[in-house]
Amino acid sequence: MSTNTAYYIPHKATWPVIGTAGLVIMLAGFANYLNGSSIGPTMMVIGLLIFITMLVGWFTLQAKESESGMYNHGVGISYRMGMMWFIFSEIIFFAVFFGTLWYTRNLSVPWLGEGATKEILHSAYQATWPTNGPGNVGGHYEPMGAWGLPFLNTLLLLTSGVTCTWAHHGLLAKNRDQLIKGLAATVLLGFLFVTFQAIEYHEAYTEMGLTLGSGIYGSTFFMLTGFHGFHVCVGAIILSVVLFRSAKGHFKPENHFAFEAAAWYWHFVDVVWLGLFIFVYLM
Amino acid sequence: MSAAVAEHDDHDDHHHDDHDHGPAKGLLRWIITTNHKDIGTLYLLFALAMFFVGGSMAMVIRAELFEPGLQFVDPAFFNSMTTMHALVMVFGAVMPAFVGLANWQIPLMIGAADMALPRMNNMSFWMLVAGVLLLASTLFMEGGAPNGGWTLYPPLVLQPITVGKALPFAIFSVHLLGISSIMGAINIIATILNMRAPAMRLMDMPLFVWTWLITAFLLIAVMPVFAGAVTMLLTDKFFHTSFFNAAGGGDPVLYEHIFWFFGHPEVYIMILPTFGVASTIIPVFARKPLFGYASMVWATASIAFLSFIVWAHHMFTVGMPIAGELYFMYATMIIAVPTGVKVFNWTATMWKGAMTFETPMLFSVAFVVLFTMGGFTGLMMAIAPADFQYHDTYFIVAHFHYTLVPASIFILMAAGYFWLPKWTGHMYNEKIGQLHFWLSAISVNILFFPQHFLGLAGMPRRIPDYAIQFADWNMISSIGGFIFGASQLLFLYIVIDTIKGGTGEKVSDEVWEDAAKHGLEWTLPSPVPYHTWITPPTTVPTEHVLDIH
Repeated sequence: MSTNTAYYIPHKATWPVIGTAGLVIMLAGFANYLNGSSIGPTMMVIGLLIFITMLVGWFTLQAKESESGMYNHGVGISYRMGMMWFIFSEIIFFAVFFGTLWYTRNLSVPWLGEGATKEILHSAYQATWPTNGPGNVGGHYEPMGAWGLPFLNTLLLLTSGVTCTWAHHGLLAKNRDQLIKGLAATVLLGFLFVTFQAIEYHEAYTEMGLTLGSGIYGSTFFMLTGFHGFHVCVGAIILSVVLFRSAKGHFKPENHFAFEAAAWYWHFVDVVWLGLFIFVYLM
Repeated sequence: MSAAVAEHDDHDDHHHDDHDHGPAKGLLRWIITTNHKDIGTLYLLFALAMFFVGGSMAMVIRAELFEPGLQFVDPAFFNSMTTMHALVMVFGAVMPAFVGLANWQIPLMIGAADMALPRMNNMSFWMLVAGVLLLASTLFMEGGAPNGGWTLYPPLVLQPITVGKALPFAIFSVHLLGISSIMGAINIIATILNMRAPAMRLMDMPLFVWTWLITAFLLIAVMPVFAGAVTMLLTDKFFHTSFFNAAGGGDPVLYEHIFWFFGHPEVYIMILPTFGVASTIIPVFARKPLFGYASMVWATASIAFLSFIVWAHHMFTVGMPIAGELYFMYATMIIAVPTGVKVFNWTATMWKGAMTFETPMLFSVAFVVLFTMGGFTGLMMAIAPADFQYHDTYFIVAHFHYTLVPASIFILMAAGYFWLPKWTGHMYNEKIGQLHFWLSAISVNILFFPQHFLGLAGMPRRIPDYAIQFADWNMISSIGGFIFGASQLLFLYIVIDTIKGGTGEKVSDEVWEDAAKHGLEWTLPSPVPYHTWITPPTTVPTEHVLDIH
C-alpha cells in the first residue's frame, strides 16, 4: 500500500478559509432572514453553495491523497481520533436535548402542577406528560404514537446498521460486490427513513395539530427528532460518497478510514434513534 | 512516528516543487498557512487585538461609573458594553490566546513536526475570526449589540428591547466560536496523543501540555452544550418553541442549568492552561524542578472533573430545593483542595530556589498571590447562605476579575515575555517589561480590590448609575482601571519592539539560564526555524518530573 512512511503534513490549504466564508455568509444570511431582511435568503443560498463547493473540493483532495498512498499509519490514527472526538461532541449536543426532555418531564412540569404555583396561577392545569403547558400553547394536539411509522423506522435503521456491517465485512474480505451492495442497501434504508419521517411530520402538522409550537411536548419532540433526522440525512450523504468511492475501486482492507468514519457516524445516528424511540415515543 | 516529514501543496498539480519548505509569499501566507507557528502567531495577534477591543469597552464602563449619575452613554449602550466586554474577552481574547500558545508550544514541547491535523488547524482559526466578526457586527445594528448580559438569560434576552436585531447574529457567532473551539481541541488532543516524540511518556510531558490535554477535553465536552442552549433560545424566539416558557410547560431556569453546565467548565478552560504556563515558568526562574509534578497532573484532572458537578453554585438564589443548595455548596468547596495543592506546589517550587525576578517570573509570582485571592473570594461565595448577600453584586465582579485578570491575563503576559525571545530570536526590553509589570500589578489591585467593598455594601452589577454611597470606591476603581488600561499599551509596544529587534541582543538557544533542562523547546535554535522536529528528539528533559522517576 503506502510507499510513503512519513507523517504527511500539508501546507498552503485554501479550502478551510473558503469553507469558513461560505458558512459565515450562510449564517449571516439566516440571521438577516430571521430579522425580516430581504437579502437573507440570497445570502443563505450563496453561502450554502460556497460551503458545498468546499466540501466537494476538500474531500476530493483528501480522497486523491489517500488513494495515492500519502497517508501513513500515523495520519490514519490522527483522522480516527478526530472522528471519534467529533462524534463525542455530537453525543454531547444530543445529550443537551435529552437532558431538556428529562428536566421538563421529571422536574419543571411536575412543579407547575403542585403547591402555590398550581393553586394561585392555574388550578385547572393537569401536569401530566405529554403537555403543552398551563397556557395550552399551540392549542389542541394529539401526541405521536410509537407503533406506526416510528416503529417501522426503528426497524429500518437497525437493519441499516446490519447492512453497513455486512458491507464492512465485504470490504475486509476483498468482496467488492458485497461492499457495494451493502452500502447501497444502507443508503437506501437511510433515505427511506428520512422519507417516512417526512410523512410522519406531515401527518403531525396537518392531521394531529402537533407542531413545533405545541408547548414543551411539541418543542422537545420536533427538536430531538428533527436534529436526528438532519443527522440521518448527513450520514446518508456521507455513505453515498463512500458508496461512490467504493464503486470507483477506492479503499483497501488495511486502509479505509473514510468507510470507517462513515460507519461510526452511522452507528452513532442509529444509537441516538434508539434513545429517541424509547424516551420520546415509548415513555 | 516516522523520521521524516513530507510536504505537498493542496494543488500539487500546479506546484511541482515538493521541496518548497518555506511559507507562501506575502499576505496569502497568513490566510492559507497550515504551519503551527504561523497559526499560533495569528491566534496570539488576534487575541491581543481583541484584548484591546474588550479593554476599550471596559474603559467605557469605568468612565461611566467614575461618578454616580449618567455621564457619557445611555443605559442600554452601557449594558451592551458589559455584555460585549465579557463575550469579547472570554471568546475573543483569553481562549484564543491560550490556543495560540498551544499551537506554538505544544509541538515544540513534545517534539512534533506540526499539529496533527494542519488543515483543520487553519480552519479553526478562521472560524474564530468569522465568529467574532459576526458578534462585532451587532455593535452597528439597529437596537445595538446584545445587552442582556453575556449569559444571555431568557426571558430577558428574548425581549425585543434587550436584543433588537442582534440576537440571531450573537447566537450564530456562538455556534461558529463553538465549532472553532471544538476543532482546535480535537487537534490538540490528536497532536498530544499521536505526535509525541516516542521518547516522551505521558508522565514526562510538560505541565502546559498536560493542562491543555485536559482543557481540550473540557472544550469538546461543553461547547456543544452552549451551542444547544443558544439553539433553544433561537427557536424560542423565532420558531414558537416553549423550552424556556412556563406557559408552554418549559422553564427559564432550565436555561440557567444548561448554560452553567457549560459555563463552569468554561471558566476552567480559561484557568487550566494558565496553571500550565505558571508551572512551566516558575521552575525555570526558581532554578529547581517543579515540586509535585504528579500531584499537579492529578490536581488538574480533579479540578476538571469537579467542574462538571458544581454548576448550580452560579444560581443559588434562583430557588432550588434545599438539598440542591447543600450539594452544590459542598461540591464547590471541594475544588479548593486540588487548587490548594497547586498553590502549595508553586510555593514549594520557589522555596529555597535560586530565584531571579525577570518579567515573566514577576507576573507568575503575582499570579500565585492574586489568583489565591480570587480563589478565596470564590470560597466565600460557595457558602450558599452567604452567597445570597453577594449574588449579582460587585463582589462577584471582583471575584472573577481576580481569577481572570491578574491570573489568566497576567500569565498570558508572562508567557509572552517568556517565549517571545525564543520565537523571535530577540530579547525584549527588560526595563520596560518591569515597568509594565509594576504598573499592572499595582493598578489591577486599585481597580478590583475596592469592588469587593462595593459588593459587600450591596452595589449591584450591570448598572450604569448607582447610589451616592458607592461614589468613592467607584472613583478609585475607575482610576485604577484607567492606569491598568494605559499600562497595557506598554505591552503592545514591547511586543512590536521585540518582533522588530528588541534590545538588539542576540539571545542564546536556551534564552533563560538552564532552561533546556526544563523543556524541549529550549534545545532548538533561537529564533525557532519555520519547521522543527522533522526528526523527533531521542531524549527528552525530565528535570520537571524528577520526583516521580
